[in-house]
Amino acid sequence: MLAKPAVIEANSLKKDLDGMSNPISRWLSSDVGYSFRNSKTAMVAAFIAFVFIFCALFAKWVAPYNPFDAASLELMDSLLPPAWSAEGSTKYLLGTDDQGRDILSALMYGTRISLVVGMASVMLSLVVGVSLGLIAGFRGGWLDAFLMRLCDVMLSFPAILVALLIAGVGRAVFPNADDSLAFGVLIISISLTGWVQYARTVRGTTLVERNKEYVQAARVTGVAPLRIMLRHVLPNVLGPVTVLATIQVASAIITEATLSFLGVGVPPTSPSLGTLIRIGNDFLFSGEWWITIFPGLTLVLIALSVNLLGDWLRDALNPRLR
Amino acid sequence: MSLLQVKNLVVEFPSRHGTLRALDEISFDIAPGEILGVVGESGAGKSLTGASIIGLLEPPGRIASGQILLEGQRIDNLNNDQMRSIRGRKIGAIFQDPLTSLNPLYSVGKQLTETIQAHLPVSDQEARQRAIALLQDTGISAAAERIDHYPHQFSGGMRQRVVIALALAAEPQLIVADEPTTALDVSIQAQIISLLKNVCKKRGAAVMLITHDMGVIAETCDRVAVMYAGRIAEIGPVHQVINHPEHPYTVGLMASIPDMDVDRERLNQIDGAMPRLNAIPKGCAFNPRCPQVFDRCLQERPDLAAVSRSGQNTPTQVACWLHHANTLEGVL
Amino acid sequence: MLAFVVQRLIQAIMVMVSVAFIAFLLFQYVGDPVLFMLGQDATADQIAALRKDLGLDQPFIVQFGHFLLNAVQGEFGISLRQGAKVSQLIADRFPATLELAVIAAGMALLVGIPMGVYAALKRGTLSSQLLMTFSLLGVSLPTFLIGILLILFFAVLLGWLPSFGRGDVVKIGWWSTGLLTAKGWQHIVLPALTLTVFQLTLIMRLVRAEMLEVLRTDYIKFARARGLSNRAIHFGHALKNTLVPVMTITGLQLGGLIAFAIITETVFQWPGMGLLFIQAVTFADVPVMAAYLCLIALIFVVINLTVDLLYFAVDPRLRVGKAGGH
Repeated sequence: MLAKPAVIEANSLKKDLDGMSNPISRWLSSDVGYSFRNSKTAMVAAFIAFVFIFCALFAKWVAPYNPFDAASLELMDSLLPPAWSAEGSTKYLLGTDDQGRDILSALMYGTRISLVVGMASVMLSLVVGVSLGLIAGFRGGWLDAFLMRLCDVMLSFPAILVALLIAGVGRAVFPNADDSLAFGVLIISISLTGWVQYARTVRGTTLVERNKEYVQAARVTGVAPLRIMLRHVLPNVLGPVTVLATIQVASAIITEATLSFLGVGVPPTSPSLGTLIRIGNDFLFSGEWWITIFPGLTLVLIALSVNLLGDWLRDALNPRLR
Repeated sequence: MSLLQVKNLVVEFPSRHGTLRALDEISFDIAPGEILGVVGESGAGKSLTGASIIGLLEPPGRIASGQILLEGQRIDNLNNDQMRSIRGRKIGAIFQDPLTSLNPLYSVGKQLTETIQAHLPVSDQEARQRAIALLQDTGISAAAERIDHYPHQFSGGMRQRVVIALALAAEPQLIVADEPTTALDVSIQAQIISLLKNVCKKRGAAVMLITHDMGVIAETCDRVAVMYAGRIAEIGPVHQVINHPEHPYTVGLMASIPDMDVDRERLNQIDGAMPRLNAIPKGCAFNPRCPQVFDRCLQERPDLAAVSRSGQNTPTQVACWLHHANTLEGVL
Repeated sequence: MLAFVVQRLIQAIMVMVSVAFIAFLLFQYVGDPVLFMLGQDATADQIAALRKDLGLDQPFIVQFGHFLLNAVQGEFGISLRQGAKVSQLIADRFPATLELAVIAAGMALLVGIPMGVYAALKRGTLSSQLLMTFSLLGVSLPTFLIGILLILFFAVLLGWLPSFGRGDVVKIGWWSTGLLTAKGWQHIVLPALTLTVFQLTLIMRLVRAEMLEVLRTDYIKFARARGLSNRAIHFGHALKNTLVPVMTITGLQLGGLIAFAIITETVFQWPGMGLLFIQAVTFADVPVMAAYLCLIALIFVVINLTVDLLYFAVDPRLRVGKAGGH
């Protein structure tokens, strides 16, 4: 006599994909996937980001030339404008710089460096920030208080300043540093600016979980609390951390570009987009605008698409806006 | 003449799972000065009814059909500006949480005088006098001083008194009170409810009291409407509905209230749960859980119909096929 | 209230001391502090005398004390690169940076806040979508690129505005200002614009987000239910509640202007502290870096303190204690 209320199949798309049970179709039919399918900007942004990542990963094969191989440069071809203007040539689609390097290829290699540095810094901040947040939230006491004060102080100092200071100190301490050391210092200096947000978020969630009974029960029975924290806290922070990481990649890339533009970023042998812009800046007044503008445009497109993705992700994961 | 008439109100929520009907042809009246209780489980549609009446239905919810009439004039089809002159002045509202209902950055007096002067053409001085009088009426001592205090300086019960004062500030004829005591200490609840009743009776204001607490209804209301799954199951004078419930749902509700004088081992409950909006059964919404269900219940949805019993001036109205049958039999 | 101020002051002092400590480490251990104090042209006798004076054989804490004492008086030695006293260099450059920062901050607030309010109130309309897109662009464009684009457009292509330097300055006592001459104003336009874009978009997004949150609160709903006019609700209640938390974050952000000025000054060759600092970093000019660090920390601490006090003044919950009553 008790009739079970019928549970209506919530998502008709799920029925459509009923044959396929692979992760992509599962994700596409989830709430986040639904939001993605509905947002044109998110899809366009993802596409653009994908193109850049592709070019960066496969620069060696996709780029028409290797602009950093001195032997392959032809000085005769220097300072050529882009292919669609009168003096340009189809050999160099976006023109060349003062040393005869193809701008298009330089862009691809430069993107690679920018992306690598950006993502590496974010990865480092993430690992450091999440770990510190876990420890602070779990241990509590003076360690927690100290860490939070540290976060407050660090947050009030702008990223650029911290990065510049570290770079400056690095130069003073290691005046004859080789390339990999320079990269290391750069990545560390950028990541030092980002870890705070992860630490705070994770600490908050850790504090909440720590007081729950199952954690106390586990402690009593001798289960390593670290294991519990990892299994229960981490899944809860996955969402906000992902959003943070996405948005931070954009700002890390911009920070690196700024540092390179100022001359204290990547070493000159591996120019990133920022370095290219700096080189091109000298030619702005004599009319060779393409050397600076194209790297600039690329930088903006990357930052924009990553920011858009981050924005969309934040809205998609926010249950209140659904 | 009725103060408020709701006729066949339908409220829908378009969602990506389809259009959900949250209120399905609700009809009731409120007479001037009367206190109507609206009771039901969470999700039955009580708050939505209140929100529709004051025109603060949150999008994407919308009134799909039906009418709401205040003193004979339609108010459901007014635009925001027109509705604004009605809100506060003709219909006041009280919400559940006194802690969040008041702006923490403005003094209580400022919020009162601002409301008064938004609707009544009075000077600053007079507005302030009225505000002090309102605070005194709602039982706040030392009103002349406390009028300049900030909300955080009042306790929970006091804050709700301020909220009631604010709702009455522009002298409305109807107050929609949405769970006004749920967020308060039990010891304070009784005080606030009786304050609400007295202060409204004194001013001749009608009240639509939305709550899930039958005890409050019994103490305060003249009539009560029982809501279930977006529909009205039963509506009638309060002592009739409580002591002689007609609808099986109401019967179940009354039976589940524990009786202190009877020894029981298990509490009575109604088996099952109220259906979700996207899974409302065909026919009578209560049929899966009804102990007296029969064929017609599964097919057709019953309308509200009066059940006449001897000795009742105002018959209870019930939406149940059992009683349609009775009525018919009575006639035959 | 007094307790609050005292507590904040103590925190401020602790931050300053910690930063001074880092600066001290830089000064003493990265390079030769004696050379920093005397410059490259010091004689052997001077060096020996100063070494004794500085007490480099003395315990750590004493050396730190010396450094602090000097720092408080603004004495940071001699710039490695320029050969001049660091304090003098900074004093010379300070007005340029401050004027730039103040104008940029003013623009960011005066334009950013109204735009944020507009974007919140007109949510979903075309104009607000455009605003949000523009703001996204503002956050994705690095400051130096904005500067370059502005130069390209207004200086190179159109030739309307100059692209470097400060123009004509007028000295008032120790302060040199560019705001009293027409040329001075012409020169400050592009750099100020560059500096303000990032802050402006940040403020706009912040105000919009906060206002949207406030518009969803119960007290706004209650205000609507009382029939208050849109103007009273939006600009009376919502705006005030929005600006209070925005104020703190904005204050902190404006401190960031000082840092972003580094980039802008580099692009426009603006003779301020930022340019000085960048030159110091490229040259590993430790005294200048140490001094800059301390100065920036001081500015930040002062801004933080001011913001805290402002918050205190505006939010009644902090000012007036809880009373009672039933």
